[in-house]
Amino acid sequence: MKKLMNLEPSRSLKGFLAIMPFILILMLYWTASNDRLAENPYDKLLPSFTQISDAVERMAFTEDKRSGKYLFWDDTSASLYRICIGIGISAALGLILGMLSGLLPLVRSGFSPLITIVSLIPPMAVLPILFISFGLGELAKVMLIIIGTAPVIIRDVQSHVRQLPSEILIKAQTLGASTWLVAIRVVLPQIMPRLISAMRLSLGTAWLFLIAAEAIAAQEGLGYRIFLVRRYMSMDVILPYVIWITTLAFAMDFSLRKLSELCFPWYHHQEAGK
Amino acid sequence: MSLLKISNVWKSYGDVQILEQLNLEVEQGEFVSMVGASGCGKTTLLKMILGSEQVSKGKILLEDNPIPPEPNEARGIVFQKYSVFPHLTVLQNVMIADEFSASSFLGRTFGKQKRLIIEKATDFIQAVGLAHALNKYPHQLSGGMQQRLAIAQALMKSPKILLLDEPFGALDPGIRKDMHQLIRKIWKENKLTIFMVTHDIQEGFELGSRLWVFDKPRQDPQAPTAYGAQITYDLPLTNKVQQEAGHAIAEKYTRKVVNI
Repeated sequence: MKKLMNLEPSRSLKGFLAIMPFILILMLYWTASNDRLAENPYDKLLPSFTQISDAVERMAFTEDKRSGKYLFWDDTSASLYRICIGIGISAALGLILGMLSGLLPLVRSGFSPLITIVSLIPPMAVLPILFISFGLGELAKVMLIIIGTAPVIIRDVQSHVRQLPSEILIKAQTLGASTWLVAIRVVLPQIMPRLISAMRLSLGTAWLFLIAAEAIAAQEGLGYRIFLVRRYMSMDVILPYVIWITTLAFAMDFSLRKLSELCFPWYHHQEAGK
Repeated sequence: MSLLKISNVWKSYGDVQILEQLNLEVEQGEFVSMVGASGCGKTTLLKMILGSEQVSKGKILLEDNPIPPEPNEARGIVFQKYSVFPHLTVLQNVMIADEFSASSFLGRTFGKQKRLIIEKATDFIQAVGLAHALNKYPHQLSGGMQQRLAIAQALMKSPKILLLDEPFGALDPGIRKDMHQLIRKIWKENKLTIFMVTHDIQEGFELGSRLWVFDKPRQDPQAPTAYGAQITYDLPLTNKVQQEAGHAIAEKYTRKVVNI
């Protein structure tokens, strides 16, 4: 008998073990919900699966009587629009500023202390400032996501640029590269997979700030809807929304990882080999 | 006129004196091996020739002009590791050298120009024996193959000086022998001037046409960092007699310094 730490599950056992917890949670929920509903058919805390699917039907596949829109999809597109713009701008800022300050000592001296301080400002504390200065429209929400995620991405990119072996940068210079060429042909391609992993890590933060901003001031959006229906204790809407947000977050993370593996195979092989 | 002239060069980091009063001249086509105990400053001298470190006092002249204070095309380098670009294939790694000079904005070439660069790069890759691995990435290559690639890269620019910083230090003995043959062939065919830092005194003798031994002639036991190393032996190795005479010194020296 091998030691416990050396026991590896087989492929099928691995799959089984992965699915098990989800099935257990579903079953637990199902029994609990049944029990509560048997006692009080108007209980709202743990709606049954039929109630939930009715709510999904109502939100996603029936026109809203008042506005004539499909609320679920409107919410989804509004939220996705905000988070994609927010994360996209953060990534662009992170790449440009992170590379500049990582590669150029002159920029680093002037810029690094500032970004360190800025990254320590709690973004939620400046949300009122954003609402006051940018109004209650899209800009304030996107700005909150940027303020929440950009400093982290910038610092991450900067530190990865600085961790590139100096031998590589010297070698490029002996092959005749200017600062610009070192930046775009040596540093940029090596930093891109790391930028993507920094984006993946800040997705969670981005969703947090998006939902917070939507909860406070919005007319549509996934976070807005959850906080709106909370007033009526509509767990049958909140639960599918939370599951949907999780699915979207997972899909974004997954596609970023696949994109990275597709574009930078050398990076992932190298990491796997370590 | 000698190719490289080192006149009264001193190097210190703060209070720590590394090198002192170096006066040396190197002609075009020489192969200088540098040996000495670790921490004696041979890599520092190499870096000063490379331009990534600056002299504290004195001058280094390349063809009678002060050597540029930053790395450039005049001096090629092969480090012990991290000498190749991990994100490029073997062919791209060698091509990039000429693409840098051909396109100062994009650093990429297209069409006929690209075909010419591919041809030239393929020639050098063949010369170092990597023709079978053109489209592999460095992480798919063994240590010896990566060093071959680094040499091919450096050759693309036909540098006036090729610097080797313990290039074979991380390789197995068998592969080292192959690499010695390769580097000797490349040195003769391309009429290069080579400086090589090595820990392996045997390697220094086998490869070089001249051997520099670094050691501290002055020692102050109260302040071990007060005096720097000098080149205590400057041995020509161009014929058998000199080789053998050198070996005798080397053996004495090896017992004295290297194996402490």
